[in-house]
Amino acid sequence: MEKKSIMKKITGSREALLLVVLILLCAAVSLRSPSFLSVQSIMEMLKNNAVTMIMSLGMLCVMLVGGIDISIMSTLAFAGMSVGMLLKYGHVSSTLLCFLIAMGIGIICGFLVGLVISRAAVPPIIATMGFMYIYRALAYLVGNSEWAGADALGSFKDFALGSILGLNNVIWVTIICYVIFFFFMKWTRTGRKIYAVGSNPSAAEVSGINVKNIKLLVYSIMGFLGGLGGALAVSIYASAQPNMQYGKEMDVIAACVIGGVSMSGGRGTVIGALLGSLILSVIAKALPIIGFESIYQNTIKGVIILVVVVVNVVMQRASDKNNLKGREM
Amino acid sequence: MNKKLVSALLCAAMVVAPATTAFASAEGKVCAIVTKSAGNPFNEKEAEGFQEVIEAEGGEAIVKHPESATADAQVSVIQSLISQGVDSICIAANDVNALQASLEDAMAEGIKVCTVDSTVNPDSRMTHVNQAGVQEIGQALMDAVLDITGGEGQWAILSATSQAANQNAWIEAMQSIMESDEKYAGLELVEVAYGDDEPQKSTDQTQALLQKYPDLKVVCAPTTVGIAAAAKVLQDQGSSVKLTGLGLPSEMAEYIGDDDAHSCPYMFLWNPIDLGRLGAYASIALANEEITGAAGEKFTAGDLGEYEIVEASDGGTEMILGAPFKFDPSNIDEWKEVY
Repeated sequence: MEKKSIMKKITGSREALLLVVLILLCAAVSLRSPSFLSVQSIMEMLKNNAVTMIMSLGMLCVMLVGGIDISIMSTLAFAGMSVGMLLKYGHVSSTLLCFLIAMGIGIICGFLVGLVISRAAVPPIIATMGFMYIYRALAYLVGNSEWAGADALGSFKDFALGSILGLNNVIWVTIICYVIFFFFMKWTRTGRKIYAVGSNPSAAEVSGINVKNIKLLVYSIMGFLGGLGGALAVSIYASAQPNMQYGKEMDVIAACVIGGVSMSGGRGTVIGALLGSLILSVIAKALPIIGFESIYQNTIKGVIILVVVVVNVVMQRASDKNNLKGREM
Repeated sequence: MNKKLVSALLCAAMVVAPATTAFASAEGKVCAIVTKSAGNPFNEKEAEGFQEVIEAEGGEAIVKHPESATADAQVSVIQSLISQGVDSICIAANDVNALQASLEDAMAEGIKVCTVDSTVNPDSRMTHVNQAGVQEIGQALMDAVLDITGGEGQWAILSATSQAANQNAWIEAMQSIMESDEKYAGLELVEVAYGDDEPQKSTDQTQALLQKYPDLKVVCAPTTVGIAAAAKVLQDQGSSVKLTGLGLPSEMAEYIGDDDAHSCPYMFLWNPIDLGRLGAYASIALANEEITGAAGEKFTAGDLGEYEIVEASDGGTEMILGAPFKFDPSNIDEWKEVY
């Protein structure tokens, strides 16, 4: 048997290809601006994109079962705003309790979304569009035309400033989430069921998997991460505003799509979501540093996303073909 | 329209002429203020200033907060004020056009209508009380940049979106002021960055400014979201770069201070209490038919001083409260409770 060349290995695995793209991107940016690869700059980038990175994990689960959730940033705003107001009026002061409250609100929000989608069989895009408006409106209602600023948030904002072993707490949370999800998706029964439901729902049903409950679960997970994201965003930016992260659900979806998560379900990995959101983070961090005119920045971001996705799809097709060839022989 | 105005003026002049005194009071007048919605701290303060002046002048003030920040809610409030037969309505409008029918009804009943804070189209009002003019804001911000840089050095602007009309007008005003006067010659505007009024993007943009321009001295952010995000970045990094701009006191209290531990020495926004006061004086002057809301008219607004009505950019008229209000370490603790 002939040895697999490095080139083949790269084209054979989506993740390896993405890693190459990521490295090339970083190299290109640091040519223009050497300070981009400094430790401080990378830490800043990870911290500022932690929310997107963490929520990509939930979107991965949702997209694996063939769904989509565009209500996530409304959930985030609702949870974040609730925590902000509780802190502002002194009802709560414990940071841990704030996180628990935000995550609790997130789970409830996600559970309701999941109920409507799994039990009432409403198409995910429609159901989550409805909840997107509902939860965003709730964030405004909770806020009651007020914001919670840095002064009102007390010690809660210190969480995002603190660090353990030289790494910022926010980055630790991101790492822990990724490690948990890596094991959850790969080696637990429930994780594998999510893949099963996504690749072939009727086969999954026949084999005794409760498809409805799996769907309910993934939207609840998404909601949970939305709530966590809400608490993190309030802590990172030291500000709770009802329009927090407005429109950013597209970044989360884009991160998954770049990471090779299929829109039709069944295909996608935690590593893919990580690389996808890292590529997106590098783009967001690099564009203003390189010094493109601000008005071009979104255009360039869109072009890069499309190029990465197209390259990825072409490579995937090539490797599928290779695999088929192998089977024939 | 002009003929009507002239005849109205003449009638008004005939009625008022014999009774004109050096200072018009609100004796026996019922003046109403309609805010945007209940529970908005800025509106509460506006109404407070309004009420204080009307009552000090011997009139009766009616304060109405609509249930929600919608034009519909304001229409029903206006209808009830018309049936009460008030002398004047001063309103912070929730919609430019949707209030036209009801405000025209009010004016047809002889009620004087002016707007504060956010206005309606020129046909629906007699005049508008504007919190701050473009020039005044540009001037205040430029002087702040000059002061904080110490007269020379690099500075950058962090704006909201590149299409935000008010932001662009302020930035243009700053640039033309900077070019027009020699004293700003030492300042170099290195970049106008856009944070899209998102904390995340504003953070990226601020960090990029710091990375790109090591000699940067001041960031000026004329947007409430941008200034808070930039303040957080600068303060957390302990950067020597200072910040000014337009911000909400409650959002910015943490960052305002004279020492190195704070990123923002001072910043600006409007003073809602004075805005309400000027709205009250304008209402009284209109109710006493001392003014009609035509451009060129002048009146005295108590201790706020003398105001002139000028042409507004929308084709109507307005008066401008003055330079934006400065929030610094001496008053921020008081104002952070306000809004």
